[in-house]
Amino acid sequence: MKILSNWLRAYLPALKVSDRQLADDLTLRGIAVEGVFDLGSSNGSLFEMDITTNRVDAMNHYGIAREAAAIYDIPLLPLEASLPAARPAKRPFPVRIDAQDLCGRFTARVLRNVKIAPSSGEIVERFQLLEQKLIGNAVDATNFVTMAMGHPTHAFDLDKVEGAILVRRAKAGERLRLLDGTERTLVADDLVVSDEQKALALAGVMGGWDTMITPATKNILVEAAWFDPGSVRRSSRRHGLHTDASHRFERGADFAAPPIASALVSRLILAAGGEIEGELVDVVVPEFAARTIARPPISLAVGEVTRILGKTVEDQPIDAATMERYLTALGCGIQPTSGGPYTVTLPSWRLDLEREIDLIEEVARLHGYNRFSNTLPNFAGSVVELPWAAKEKMLRGKLLAAGYAEAISSTFCSATEAVTFAPQPNSYVPLGNPLSEEVGCLRSSLVPGMLTMLAHNLNREVDDLKLFEMGTIFTGNTDRVQERPSLVLGATGAAIAPHAHAEGRAYTFFDMKGVAEELLAGFVTKSSYFDTFPAASGLMPQWLYSGRAARLVADGETIGFFGQLAPQEARQRKLRQAVFVGEFDLERLYRHALREPAARELSRFPAVVRDFSFTFPDAVQWRQISSALLGLAIAEMSSMQSMEIFRGGETVSLPPGHYSILVRTVFQAQDRTLRDEEVQGWWERIIEAVRSLGGVLRS
Amino acid sequence: MPNTEIPKLEDYSPRSLDHFFLSIKASYDKEEAQCGGIPEKIEELRIRWVGRKQGHLKSIVETCLKTAPAEVKSALGVRFNQLKVHIDQALAMASSDATILSTGYTTVRAASRTADSIDITLPGIRPGLGVEHPLVRTMNEIVGIFQRMGYSVGVGPEVETDYYNFEALNFPPDHPARDTQDTLVVAKQEHKSLRDRLLLRTHTSPVQIRTMERQPPPIRIVIPGKVHRNDAADATHSPIFHQVEGLCVDENITFSDLKGTLDHAMKELFGSSVKTRFFPSFFPFTEPSADVQISCIFCGGKGCRKCKHSGWIELLGCGMVDPVVFDSVRGKQPGYDPKKISGFAFGMGVDRIAMMKYGISDIGLLYSGDMRFLEQFA
Ligand SMILES: [Zn+2]
Repeated sequence: MKILSNWLRAYLPALKVSDRQLADDLTLRGIAVEGVFDLGSSNGSLFEMDITTNRVDAMNHYGIAREAAAIYDIPLLPLEASLPAARPAKRPFPVRIDAQDLCGRFTARVLRNVKIAPSSGEIVERFQLLEQKLIGNAVDATNFVTMAMGHPTHAFDLDKVEGAILVRRAKAGERLRLLDGTERTLVADDLVVSDEQKALALAGVMGGWDTMITPATKNILVEAAWFDPGSVRRSSRRHGLHTDASHRFERGADFAAPPIASALVSRLILAAGGEIEGELVDVVVPEFAARTIARPPISLAVGEVTRILGKTVEDQPIDAATMERYLTALGCGIQPTSGGPYTVTLPSWRLDLEREIDLIEEVARLHGYNRFSNTLPNFAGSVVELPWAAKEKMLRGKLLAAGYAEAISSTFCSATEAVTFAPQPNSYVPLGNPLSEEVGCLRSSLVPGMLTMLAHNLNREVDDLKLFEMGTIFTGNTDRVQERPSLVLGATGAAIAPHAHAEGRAYTFFDMKGVAEELLAGFVTKSSYFDTFPAASGLMPQWLYSGRAARLVADGETIGFFGQLAPQEARQRKLRQAVFVGEFDLERLYRHALREPAARELSRFPAVVRDFSFTFPDAVQWRQISSALLGLAIAEMSSMQSMEIFRGGETVSLPPGHYSILVRTVFQAQDRTLRDEEVQGWWERIIEAVRSLGGVLRS
Repeated sequence: MPNTEIPKLEDYSPRSLDHFFLSIKASYDKEEAQCGGIPEKIEELRIRWVGRKQGHLKSIVETCLKTAPAEVKSALGVRFNQLKVHIDQALAMASSDATILSTGYTTVRAASRTADSIDITLPGIRPGLGVEHPLVRTMNEIVGIFQRMGYSVGVGPEVETDYYNFEALNFPPDHPARDTQDTLVVAKQEHKSLRDRLLLRTHTSPVQIRTMERQPPPIRIVIPGKVHRNDAADATHSPIFHQVEGLCVDENITFSDLKGTLDHAMKELFGSSVKTRFFPSFFPFTEPSADVQISCIFCGGKGCRKCKHSGWIELLGCGMVDPVVFDSVRGKQPGYDPKKISGFAFGMGVDRIAMMKYGISDIGLLYSGDMRFLEQFA
């Protein structure tokens, strides 16, 4: 909204401050001046305003002048609304409000023998400065008055009006051609201003085509009314017509304004000739008057002002006299009651003031927020951490240390993705108004988002990636939505990139498995294992590569799935290299306590390292070998690792279908140096255990 | 030149292997000690042991490893490698410049100008750490400031009911924010009453209501979280963004306390020279409501392009909790009597703060997973 400083000054003869100072002071009181533009020596400034929606009263020059008068404690001139004497009418112009629940007040004034001509003088000057289009004196007059005092009015060509004015609900299907030239089909909830034959205007939104002012217009009916905000908003939305008038009416116009607005418009039109016929017809619906202009006063206790606002920079509460001055200047009536709270009557143009707290806000606002001191409240009570905050922090710390970058992807996915990646079949949540079909559902998994991010990078020649995301996934249905915290890992390319000092190494399934092991190791679990199932079992997610993926189970519960991405998914997303992805259910993981480190006594006695090289048939898995060795329950075996696996080559030949594995064992006792015979005994037991699995010792 | 004794390998039992390699290692250690740290002697030692043509290691490979039966080769290889690593490292330490870098079981000669000096200007081997997301980093920073001021962390669901997102926060039924043009909604809600309809929360404020329903005053919570709006994406808008919200309720909480708290928080976040300025604003759930500006962190308040030459940057919204918000939770927690207690709430956009702090020009980058973008925050 644009405001002219000189127009403000016309209402404020005692205003002494500069335009820039005025703009700053208004802004600090919530009447935000976003920009100040110098219009040249005698023209003052143009203020570009940003008025919050609750302050429709300040969306005009007089309303802003009123604020300035309150800020500086200076007089505000009344609006000049005197009119020449009217020629008597045979009878008042007939006006009837049928829809008494949608229209609160309707005034009509008849102007005869007017002359439609270009505007002149003050209107032209101000319109030009505001870059407002000049149309003709009658229409310009209504626009001028809206800018001056904020109340929309309308001028009808009276000779096109057939009979009385009726303010009524539209008939369903009734048609009305509006000033913008469009023809609208109305519904029964639309409020119209009509005559006895037809609808003339969509009340509070836009006038009609048939009764618009033309150069041939001789007689005018000036409408100044008050419409129910909700009614105007509904019609405006329904017909997609956001007009200056609807903007103001739907925020609550001044119930007392119609007679003044009517007078101001009439004065301006009559300046080019013509006369008034009859007195102003003013129909008021008492129920609306009781809710607006005649609404009951509210009480305000000085103690409440201090309790809510605290002290000023002078370390004082706001005193009673200051408070009275602010509220009076805003148009409130203040009656002190002895010892008790004030009784405050409210200005008709401030429908946003309804409660004591509203008045407290006005006091704070006019005093200036920055003139209150900065204090810190005393604190009593304890700080509570979220139960899983430490667990999330541990996971994030480990992932960052492992070289994974944290990413955040879209909350949405396509319906196909929601179905493909949902942890349970058909458990996903579509949106009612998605931004597009590709993002039509809430993500049922973090995997599609991760794949999108990996693809984004691969398409930009960034080939070595390790990413993770922690976020919410949504399952269930549109009646019941379940939110679960989830973790996704995504990686591709090099696990270690080649550089000047060493060759690189590609990321493999075992890199991701290692991370899963590290993460799980942060929690207390009784037992955990990895397993896998054939594709046909339906027990593995179909987005994983059958045979190159695994499930992680801890204490009998599935924590997650991970592995290489299934070829069909990779193809569909045009991923040109192997991609590894895994998703872990954090809700389940967080049910486990964080592992508390505990130190054990370090042995003072030497450790003995023994390596074994075995050949096994391919069918024997490491899990069987390790459990066979651990099953021996040799307390002194302090570690057991697979050091090397090979399946034949230049230096070593193996029978087909066999592999060789080098196992390193370390023996150490807490209380003694191990004797050769002891180690030899364990050695034999180990060889025996391995043989029972079909293994052959190679050395 | 000392005469190195390379023992004979009797058989391939572990014990013999251990003995063989340990005695070689002992020989090396003895010879190295005899060099006395004299560079020329160490160079001789190096050539004698790891020289490419006649070094001892080379001859061990020739005489022992290559002739060993296939089934013991791997056991031999492991021990040989251990020996080699030991000698390499010892030599590297013995020379004043490390000429050889050891990486596990394989050793790689650094690209070097001469045998004895390495090109130290070659890049170091970075361990490849992960990168914290700038939003997470900023959010943790903000949350941490309030935790140090005695705030607990609160969270809530991202899919909310109309009641918690709007109604309990005093949004009238026809408020523009409730329109599907502004708010993303879950499908098929039409059969439900307005208050039960599910939507994606548009702010973290519903957590204020949920927390007060659960817990009587006093309350101090800080609420980080993801929120959504029906906004088409451009450089400054994203349908997804993050907020940190705060709520403080107790007896005698004043507007001055709100001002002091946020002034302190902004100084913590942006430095002690930052100033704050409060303006009247309008939010349905606070009254009085305020917008807060901080003095421009780029120009210190003199005026620059970033602050549109005003010297100030608008950063957050806040206000005193509106009594009707307290009324909406009184059914469950009678302690929230607006005549006895008072409180303030504030909220800020994490994305905007992160973008400002790190000079990010496109909000979409935050949600792209683009590694070229993320690795800048390492
Ligand atoms: Zn600046």
